[in-house]
Amino acid sequence: MTNRRGPSPENTYIFPRLSRSCLKVWRRNWDVFFKTYQVNFLPPLIEPLLYLLAIGFGLGIFIGEIDGIPYVKFIAPALLSISMMNTAFFECTYSSFVRMYYQKTFDAMVATPLSIDDVISGELIWGATRSLIYSSGMLLVLTLFGVVNLPSSLLVIPFSFLAGLLFASIAMCFTAITPSIDALNYPSFLFITPMFLFSGTFFPLSILPALVQLLAIAFLPLTQLVIVTRSLTLADLSPLVPYSLAWIGIVTLVFFILSTWLMRRRLVV
Amino acid sequence: MEGNPVIEAENLTKLFGALVAVDGISFSVFAGDVFGFLGPNGAGKTTTMKMIQCVSPRTAGTLTVLGMDPATHPRTIKAELGVLPQESNLDTDFTCLENLIAYAHYFDIPGVEAEKRARELLSFVQLTEKRDVQIDKLSGGMKRRLLLARALINHPKVLVLDEPTIGLDPQGRHLIWEKLKALQAAGNTIVLTTHYLEEAERLCNRLVIMDGGKILVEGSPGELISRYVGSDIVEADHTPEVISCLEELGETFDIHGDIVQVFTSQPREVAKRLFETCSPGRVFVRRGSLEDVFLKLTGRVLRD
Repeated sequence: MTNRRGPSPENTYIFPRLSRSCLKVWRRNWDVFFKTYQVNFLPPLIEPLLYLLAIGFGLGIFIGEIDGIPYVKFIAPALLSISMMNTAFFECTYSSFVRMYYQKTFDAMVATPLSIDDVISGELIWGATRSLIYSSGMLLVLTLFGVVNLPSSLLVIPFSFLAGLLFASIAMCFTAITPSIDALNYPSFLFITPMFLFSGTFFPLSILPALVQLLAIAFLPLTQLVIVTRSLTLADLSPLVPYSLAWIGIVTLVFFILSTWLMRRRLVV
Repeated sequence: MEGNPVIEAENLTKLFGALVAVDGISFSVFAGDVFGFLGPNGAGKTTTMKMIQCVSPRTAGTLTVLGMDPATHPRTIKAELGVLPQESNLDTDFTCLENLIAYAHYFDIPGVEAEKRARELLSFVQLTEKRDVQIDKLSGGMKRRLLLARALINHPKVLVLDEPTIGLDPQGRHLIWEKLKALQAAGNTIVLTTHYLEEAERLCNRLVIMDGGKILVEGSPGELISRYVGSDIVEADHTPEVISCLEELGETFDIHGDIVQVFTSQPREVAKRLFETCSPGRVFVRRGSLEDVFLKLTGRVLRD
């Protein structure tokens, strides 16, 4: 037996070891979710419904059309995108932090054959799944209101998983470095809230100064979600879609790896 | 497995930055042992448990569990371990039964078998009536018992118990002891840490006393008692007369606060001589215990 050192630095920064075992972590969260589905299902469906009524139909009367599109149809994909972002982000910040720090669920899991990589990837895939569940529910509501085009909008369902994975991965990085649950308010208010407003959600990016537009398209994750989702619900492909999809793919991969590294650094001591 | 140690550590070391938590310890645990780690707070017991459980990587030295290295075969090792943590990490989103079933899933135990084992174990730790109760409604003792049941869900080859009876009332403690005795009788290998020396004396056939990251002594409780404190202890009030008298008699003694202790294998004679020549206030004769060994070796200074 060699005198090998433990997985201190040199083992912290290796590629996440993905295995099927992560589905057991995912399954645990799935089971808890459906145990309490009454509380889990309604609020996220009611909130966008309120936005749709107040902003889409209410404010929409004064706005009329944007680029020849009725306002309510303009914001419908934005509401979907915001839901994907919020669902995955808040699941993998506050909820994951509670499981990690207060409930010690991660500790309990890594005492079984599950590894820390399984736990983190399972949490991320769960965050993405939750985004898919809510987006599907919302899509149904929006379809009933007749504000999305079919069948192209059905592609929103698989897309919401990818989009959810992006925000889950970003969220998990914050969870890995936050000293306390209160400190998670910083990314929520400084990162999520501005994006909610300035990503081509409630007004087109084109009315912003050119530099701001460029920054939004280059750096804001939600902008990419809105570009793709709007193309799908309006059945009108934006030339930026390939760019946005590639952006999401690459950035998701980077943050997926980074979140595993940061979590190993935090939890493997 | 006879002959080969189930757990073997040599020069096992763990550093947290500059802090030496475990300082080059060596020990071997054999099949069927109930092996205790005793020591004051900060002695390195829990850190050692975490290295055995493959959740905390060692800094140096060698460690094998079931013949494998935790650094290279954590999954295979962990599949054979039953872990009871010091702090409850039961899943508060689930009931008692669901906790055990969810945990069984982590070990890849399929649904029907998981539920069967979960029900058997609930009955083993006398929690059948609490089957559908949420975790936050359980008393401390019930949580501890459920954690023990959870540790057994994968039919482990080795049980690793960190303070199995911490915070329990005497009834709760005796129940856990009874269950651990039953597990030992069934041939299980158990490694445990404890602050309760009576617990170690009752359960462990071998133990080590740790302090400051090092192992001070190793042996069976009986061996350690006779080696370090003799079979019996005579205690008298701490007065100048008693001290000078004991010095005249040539007895070696320790002073702890208002008590003088004489470690001896002839307690009656010592007590008799004390009474006859030293006019002590009170004299007690009692059996030496592991607690005496512990305090003798680790001192009486408060840790934390």
